[in-house]
Amino acid sequence: MHELSIAMSIVDLAQQEAEQRGVRINAVHLKLGALSGIVKESLIASYEMASFDTPLKQSRLVIEEVPVVIFCLVCKVECELSTIQMFCCSQCGAPSSEIVRGRELEVTALEVQS
Amino acid sequence: MMQEPRLIEVRKNVLKQNDHIARALREQFRNAGVFVVSLVSSPGSGKTAFLEKILTILREHYRVAALVGDLATENDALRLARSHAPVRQITTGTLCHLEAAMVQRSLDEWDLNQLDFLFIENVGNLVCPSSYDLGENLRLVLLSVTEGEDKPLKYPTIFNSADVAIFTKTDLAEAVEFDASAALANIQAVRPGMDVFSISAKTGAGMPQFLEFLAARLAEMREAVAF
Ligand SMILES: [Zn+2]
Repeated sequence: MHELSIAMSIVDLAQQEAEQRGVRINAVHLKLGALSGIVKESLIASYEMASFDTPLKQSRLVIEEVPVVIFCLVCKVECELSTIQMFCCSQCGAPSSEIVRGRELEVTALEVQS
Repeated sequence: MMQEPRLIEVRKNVLKQNDHIARALREQFRNAGVFVVSLVSSPGSGKTAFLEKILTILREHYRVAALVGDLATENDALRLARSHAPVRQITTGTLCHLEAAMVQRSLDEWDLNQLDFLFIENVGNLVCPSSYDLGENLRLVLLSVTEGEDKPLKYPTIFNSADVAIFTKTDLAEAVEFDASAALANIQAVRPGMDVFSISAKTGAGMPQFLEFLAARLAEMREAVAF
Protein backbone atom coordinates (compact mmCIF):
# COMPACT_ATOMS: atom_id res chain seq x y z
CA MET A 1 0.00 0.00 0.00
CA HIS A 2 2.05 2.92 -1.21
CA GLU A 3 -0.92 4.89 -2.53
CA LEU A 4 -0.94 7.19 0.49
CA SER A 5 2.61 8.39 -0.08
CA ILE A 6 1.81 8.83 -3.78
CA ALA A 7 -1.31 10.81 -2.89
CA MET A 8 0.72 13.04 -0.59
CA SER A 9 3.16 13.73 -3.42
CA ILE A 10 0.26 14.64 -5.69
CA VAL A 11 -1.16 17.05 -3.11
CA ASP A 12 2.27 18.66 -2.54
CA LEU A 13 2.90 19.02 -6.24
CA ALA A 14 -0.53 20.53 -6.93
CA GLN A 15 -0.28 22.86 -3.95
CA GLN A 16 3.08 24.21 -5.14
CA GLU A 17 1.66 24.90 -8.57
CA ALA A 18 -1.39 26.60 -7.05
CA GLU A 19 0.73 28.84 -4.81
CA GLN A 20 2.96 29.90 -7.70
CA ARG A 21 -0.07 30.93 -9.69
CA GLY A 22 -2.15 32.28 -6.83
CA VAL A 23 -5.14 30.11 -7.60
CA ARG A 24 -7.43 27.75 -5.71
CA ILE A 25 -7.68 24.15 -6.90
CA ASN A 26 -11.02 22.48 -7.57
CA ALA A 27 -9.63 19.36 -9.13
CA VAL A 28 -6.36 17.64 -10.01
CA HIS A 29 -6.24 15.71 -13.26
CA LEU A 30 -4.01 12.66 -13.28
CA LYS A 31 -2.94 10.18 -15.94
CA LEU A 32 -2.59 6.71 -14.45
CA GLY A 33 -0.98 3.98 -16.53
CA ALA A 34 -2.02 0.36 -16.15
CA LEU A 35 1.64 -0.44 -15.36
CA SER A 36 2.11 2.35 -12.82
CA GLY A 37 1.66 -0.08 -9.96
CA ILE A 38 -1.03 2.12 -8.44
CA VAL A 39 -4.57 1.00 -7.67
CA LYS A 40 -7.06 3.67 -8.74
CA GLU A 41 -9.68 3.17 -6.00
CA SER A 42 -7.03 3.10 -3.33
CA LEU A 43 -5.43 6.27 -4.69
CA ILE A 44 -8.74 8.14 -4.66
CA ALA A 45 -9.37 7.15 -1.04
CA SER A 46 -5.80 8.09 -0.14
CA TYR A 47 -6.15 11.46 -1.87
CA GLU A 48 -9.02 12.35 0.43
CA MET A 49 -6.86 11.58 3.44
CA ALA A 50 -3.80 13.33 2.06
CA SER A 51 -5.65 16.52 1.16
CA PHE A 52 -7.73 16.70 4.33
CA ASP A 53 -5.64 19.19 6.31
CA THR A 54 -4.54 21.22 3.29
CA PRO A 55 -5.97 23.96 1.07
CA LEU A 56 -6.84 21.13 -1.35
CA LYS A 57 -9.47 19.79 1.01
CA GLN A 58 -12.73 19.37 -0.97
CA SER A 59 -10.81 19.18 -4.25
CA ARG A 60 -11.32 16.17 -6.50
CA LEU A 61 -8.82 13.81 -8.07
CA VAL A 62 -9.85 13.13 -11.65
CA ILE A 63 -8.11 10.04 -12.98
CA GLU A 64 -7.66 9.19 -16.62
CA GLU A 65 -6.65 5.55 -16.91
CA VAL A 66 -4.10 4.84 -19.61
CA PRO A 67 -4.04 1.32 -21.07
CA VAL A 68 -0.75 -0.28 -22.05
CA VAL A 69 0.25 0.26 -25.66
CA ILE A 70 3.00 -1.90 -27.14
CA PHE A 71 4.80 -1.63 -30.44
CA CYS A 72 4.64 -4.77 -32.56
CA LEU A 73 7.98 -5.33 -34.28
CA VAL A 74 6.35 -7.62 -36.84
CA CYS A 75 3.41 -5.45 -37.93
CA LYS A 76 5.25 -2.19 -37.16
CA VAL A 77 2.16 -0.81 -35.47
CA GLU A 78 1.19 0.30 -32.00
CA CYS A 79 -1.28 -1.93 -30.31
CA GLU A 80 -3.37 -1.44 -27.19
CA LEU A 81 -3.42 -4.35 -24.74
CA SER A 82 -6.77 -5.54 -23.43
CA THR A 83 -5.02 -7.13 -20.43
CA ILE A 84 -1.60 -6.65 -18.85
CA GLN A 85 -1.41 -10.42 -18.43
CA MET A 86 -0.66 -10.90 -22.13
CA PHE A 87 1.90 -8.75 -23.95
CA CYS A 88 0.98 -9.78 -27.48
CA CYS A 89 0.06 -7.96 -30.66
CA SER A 90 -3.71 -8.06 -31.17
CA GLN A 91 -3.25 -8.50 -34.91
CA CYS A 92 -0.53 -11.09 -35.37
CA GLY A 93 -0.13 -12.46 -31.85
CA ALA A 94 3.61 -11.79 -31.69
CA PRO A 95 4.89 -11.08 -28.18
CA SER A 96 6.43 -7.67 -27.56
CA SER A 97 8.02 -5.90 -24.60
CA GLU A 98 8.29 -2.59 -26.44
CA ILE A 99 6.12 -0.46 -24.20
CA VAL A 100 4.94 2.80 -25.74
CA ARG A 101 2.50 3.90 -23.03
CA GLY A 102 1.14 2.60 -19.76
CA ARG A 103 3.62 3.58 -17.07
CA GLU A 104 2.21 7.10 -16.57
CA LEU A 105 1.80 8.60 -13.15
CA GLU A 106 1.48 12.22 -14.13
CA VAL A 107 -0.42 15.30 -13.02
CA THR A 108 -1.61 16.66 -16.35
CA ALA A 109 -3.79 19.61 -15.40
CA LEU A 110 -5.38 21.57 -12.59
CA GLU A 111 -8.92 22.81 -12.51
CA VAL A 112 -8.59 26.15 -10.74
CA GLN A 113 -10.39 29.26 -9.64
CA SER A 114 -8.65 32.62 -9.30
CA MET B 1 -17.51 37.77 -8.00
CA MET B 2 -16.52 34.13 -8.38
CA GLN B 3 -14.79 33.38 -11.66
CA GLU B 4 -15.50 30.36 -13.82
CA PRO B 5 -13.21 27.42 -13.13
CA ARG B 6 -10.56 26.94 -15.78
CA LEU B 7 -8.13 24.22 -16.66
CA ILE B 8 -4.39 24.85 -16.63
CA GLU B 9 -1.96 22.38 -18.07
CA VAL B 10 0.76 21.12 -15.72
CA ARG B 11 2.34 17.84 -16.93
CA LYS B 12 4.38 16.81 -13.92
CA ASN B 13 5.54 13.28 -13.16
CA VAL B 14 4.48 12.48 -9.59
CA LEU B 15 7.61 10.40 -9.00
CA LYS B 16 9.96 12.92 -10.58
CA GLN B 17 11.88 13.43 -7.36
CA ASN B 18 12.53 9.70 -6.99
CA ASP B 19 13.40 9.36 -10.67
CA HIS B 20 15.78 12.29 -10.40
CA ILE B 21 17.66 10.75 -7.47
CA ALA B 22 17.65 7.35 -9.18
CA ARG B 23 19.28 8.89 -12.26
CA ALA B 24 21.96 10.49 -10.11
CA LEU B 25 22.58 7.17 -8.36
CA ARG B 26 22.89 5.31 -11.66
CA GLU B 27 25.45 7.84 -12.81
CA GLN B 28 27.34 7.51 -9.53
CA PHE B 29 27.36 3.68 -9.79
CA ARG B 30 28.54 3.88 -13.37
CA ASN B 31 31.41 6.21 -12.53
CA ALA B 32 32.48 3.97 -9.66
CA GLY B 33 32.30 0.89 -11.88
CA VAL B 34 30.02 -0.97 -9.50
CA PHE B 35 27.25 -3.18 -10.87
CA VAL B 36 24.08 -2.81 -8.81
CA VAL B 37 21.51 -5.56 -8.54
CA SER B 38 18.20 -5.16 -6.72
CA LEU B 39 15.95 -7.97 -5.56
CA VAL B 40 12.18 -7.96 -5.23
CA SER B 41 9.94 -10.80 -4.13
CA SER B 42 7.09 -11.66 -1.85
CA PRO B 43 7.89 -12.44 1.78
CA GLY B 44 9.07 -16.01 2.23
CA SER B 45 10.38 -16.46 -1.29
CA GLY B 46 13.84 -17.36 -0.02
CA LYS B 47 15.33 -14.00 -1.00
CA THR B 48 17.62 -13.71 2.00
CA ALA B 49 18.92 -17.28 1.68
CA PHE B 50 19.54 -16.64 -2.02
CA LEU B 51 21.41 -13.42 -1.33
CA GLU B 52 23.45 -14.94 1.50
CA LYS B 53 24.58 -17.68 -0.87
CA ILE B 54 25.42 -15.23 -3.67
CA LEU B 55 27.42 -12.96 -1.37
CA THR B 56 29.33 -15.91 0.08
CA ILE B 57 30.32 -17.26 -3.33
CA LEU B 58 30.99 -13.94 -5.08
CA ARG B 59 33.17 -12.77 -2.20
CA GLU B 60 35.84 -15.22 -3.25
CA HIS B 61 36.46 -13.34 -6.50
CA TYR B 62 34.78 -9.97 -6.19
CA ARG B 63 34.31 -7.11 -3.80
CA VAL B 64 30.66 -7.26 -2.81
CA ALA B 65 28.30 -5.48 -0.43
CA ALA B 66 24.60 -5.39 0.29
CA LEU B 67 21.90 -2.98 1.39
CA VAL B 68 18.87 -4.58 2.95
CA GLY B 69 15.47 -2.96 3.23
CA ASP B 70 13.72 -4.31 6.28
CA LEU B 71 10.45 -3.53 7.95
CA ALA B 72 11.03 -2.54 11.59
CA THR B 73 10.09 -6.03 12.68
CA GLU B 74 12.61 -7.95 10.58
CA ASN B 75 16.32 -8.28 10.51
CA ASP B 76 17.62 -9.89 7.38
CA ALA B 77 20.79 -7.84 7.61
CA LEU B 78 21.95 -9.77 10.64
CA ARG B 79 21.51 -13.00 8.77
CA LEU B 80 23.33 -11.70 5.71
CA ALA B 81 26.26 -10.64 7.87
CA ARG B 82 27.09 -14.35 8.07
CA SER B 83 28.35 -14.06 4.50
CA HIS B 84 31.10 -11.74 5.88
CA ALA B 85 30.33 -9.21 3.16
CA PRO B 86 29.67 -5.63 4.28
CA VAL B 87 25.94 -5.35 4.86
CA ARG B 88 23.87 -2.34 5.79
CA GLN B 89 20.29 -2.30 6.88
CA ILE B 90 17.74 0.27 5.74
CA THR B 91 14.87 0.19 8.19
CA THR B 92 11.79 1.28 6.32
CA GLY B 93 9.52 1.42 9.37
CA THR B 94 6.07 0.69 8.03
CA LEU B 95 6.95 1.68 4.47
CA CYS B 96 6.45 -1.24 2.13
CA HIS B 97 9.18 -0.42 -0.39
CA LEU B 98 12.56 1.26 -0.81
CA GLU B 99 12.90 4.64 -2.48
CA ALA B 100 15.94 6.07 -4.23
CA ALA B 101 16.51 8.65 -1.47
CA MET B 102 16.81 5.88 1.13
CA VAL B 103 19.44 4.14 -0.97
CA GLN B 104 21.30 7.41 -1.43
CA ARG B 105 21.31 8.15 2.30
CA SER B 106 22.52 4.70 3.23
CA LEU B 107 25.45 4.91 0.81
CA ASP B 108 26.98 7.72 2.84
CA GLU B 109 30.66 7.16 3.53
CA TRP B 110 30.69 3.95 1.55
CA ASP B 111 33.45 4.00 -1.04
CA LEU B 112 31.73 2.65 -4.13
CA ASN B 113 35.04 2.59 -5.99
CA GLN B 114 36.03 -0.28 -3.73
CA LEU B 115 33.14 -2.44 -4.93
CA ASP B 116 32.39 -4.70 -7.89
CA PHE B 117 28.83 -5.65 -6.97
CA LEU B 118 26.28 -3.98 -4.75
CA PHE B 119 23.07 -5.84 -3.96
CA ILE B 120 19.94 -4.08 -2.78
CA GLU B 121 17.33 -6.28 -1.16
CA ASN B 122 13.95 -4.60 -1.32
CA VAL B 123 11.20 -5.13 1.25
CA GLY B 124 9.28 -8.37 0.68
CA ASN B 125 6.40 -7.11 -1.42
CA LEU B 126 5.39 -7.74 -5.04
CA VAL B 127 3.34 -4.58 -5.48
CA CYS B 128 4.82 -1.37 -4.13
CA PRO B 129 8.48 -1.62 -5.22
CA SER B 130 7.42 -1.68 -8.87
CA SER B 131 6.90 2.10 -9.01
CA TYR B 132 10.30 3.10 -7.66
CA ASP B 133 13.50 3.20 -9.67
CA LEU B 134 16.47 2.74 -7.33
CA GLY B 135 19.15 3.44 -9.92
CA GLU B 136 20.02 -0.25 -10.12
CA ASN B 137 21.55 -1.84 -13.24
CA LEU B 138 19.55 -5.01 -12.93
CA ARG B 139 16.34 -5.83 -11.10
CA LEU B 140 15.65 -9.42 -10.15
CA VAL B 141 12.20 -10.71 -9.30
CA LEU B 142 12.30 -13.90 -7.25
CA LEU B 143 9.60 -16.51 -7.32
CA SER B 144 9.90 -19.59 -5.15
CA VAL B 145 8.60 -22.85 -6.57
CA THR B 146 6.35 -23.10 -3.52
CA GLU B 147 4.44 -19.97 -4.54
CA GLY B 148 2.78 -21.48 -7.58
CA GLU B 149 3.08 -20.99 -11.32
CA ASP B 150 0.47 -18.22 -11.65
CA LYS B 151 2.31 -15.61 -9.60
CA PRO B 152 3.46 -13.69 -12.73
CA LEU B 153 -0.16 -13.34 -13.86
CA LYS B 154 -1.18 -12.05 -10.44
CA TYR B 155 1.63 -9.49 -10.32
CA PRO B 156 2.33 -8.52 -13.96
CA THR B 157 3.47 -5.03 -13.02
CA ILE B 158 6.40 -6.11 -10.86
CA PHE B 159 7.47 -8.70 -13.44
CA ASN B 160 7.33 -5.94 -16.01
CA SER B 161 9.49 -3.62 -13.94
CA ALA B 162 12.13 -6.34 -13.49
CA ASP B 163 14.87 -7.49 -15.88
CA VAL B 164 15.42 -11.07 -14.79
CA ALA B 165 13.23 -13.65 -13.03
CA ILE B 166 14.61 -16.31 -10.72
CA PHE B 167 12.89 -19.48 -9.58
CA THR B 168 14.15 -20.14 -6.06
CA LYS B 169 13.99 -23.19 -3.79
CA THR B 170 14.14 -25.45 -6.84
CA ASP B 171 15.21 -28.33 -4.58
CA LEU B 172 11.54 -28.38 -3.49
CA ALA B 173 10.15 -28.32 -7.04
CA GLU B 174 9.38 -31.98 -7.22
CA ALA B 175 7.77 -32.15 -3.79
CA VAL B 176 5.36 -29.30 -4.57
CA GLU B 177 4.86 -30.47 -8.18
CA PHE B 178 6.07 -27.16 -9.59
CA ASP B 179 5.25 -26.91 -13.28
CA ALA B 180 8.27 -24.99 -14.60
CA SER B 181 7.05 -24.78 -18.19
CA ALA B 182 3.71 -23.29 -17.08
CA ALA B 183 5.54 -20.75 -14.91
CA LEU B 184 7.87 -19.89 -17.80
CA ALA B 185 4.92 -19.42 -20.15
CA ASN B 186 3.29 -17.06 -17.64
CA ILE B 187 6.47 -15.02 -17.35
CA GLN B 188 6.78 -14.78 -21.12
CA ALA B 189 3.14 -13.65 -21.31
CA VAL B 190 3.66 -10.68 -19.00
CA ARG B 191 7.26 -9.94 -19.98
CA PRO B 192 8.25 -11.37 -23.36
CA GLY B 193 11.95 -12.13 -23.66
CA MET B 194 12.68 -12.05 -19.94
CA ASP B 195 15.72 -14.06 -18.82
CA VAL B 196 14.90 -16.73 -16.25
CA PHE B 197 17.23 -18.69 -13.97
CA SER B 198 16.38 -21.66 -11.73
CA ILE B 199 18.35 -21.76 -8.51
CA SER B 200 18.51 -23.65 -5.25
CA ALA B 201 20.36 -21.77 -2.54
CA LYS B 202 20.38 -24.99 -0.56
CA THR B 203 22.06 -27.31 -3.08
CA GLY B 204 23.70 -24.60 -5.19
CA ALA B 205 22.06 -25.94 -8.35
CA GLY B 206 21.81 -23.30 -11.08
CA MET B 207 24.04 -20.89 -9.20
CA PRO B 208 27.09 -21.08 -11.54
CA GLN B 209 25.02 -20.11 -14.59
CA PHE B 210 23.61 -17.12 -12.81
CA LEU B 211 26.96 -15.97 -11.46
CA GLU B 212 28.44 -16.25 -14.94
CA PHE B 213 25.62 -14.04 -16.19
CA LEU B 214 26.36 -11.45 -13.49
CA ALA B 215 30.08 -11.48 -14.25
CA ALA B 216 29.35 -10.93 -17.93
CA ARG B 217 27.07 -8.00 -17.15
CA LEU B 218 29.71 -6.40 -14.92
CA ALA B 219 32.34 -6.76 -17.64
CA GLU B 220 29.92 -5.36 -20.22
CA MET B 221 29.18 -2.32 -18.10
CA ARG B 222 32.84 -1.57 -17.43
CA GLU B 223 33.67 -1.93 -21.11
CA ALA B 224 30.93 0.55 -21.98
CA VAL B 225 32.30 3.01 -19.43
CA ALA B 226 35.85 2.62 -20.74
CA PHE B 227 34.88 3.56 -24.29
ZN1 LIG C 1 1.78 -7.74 -34.85
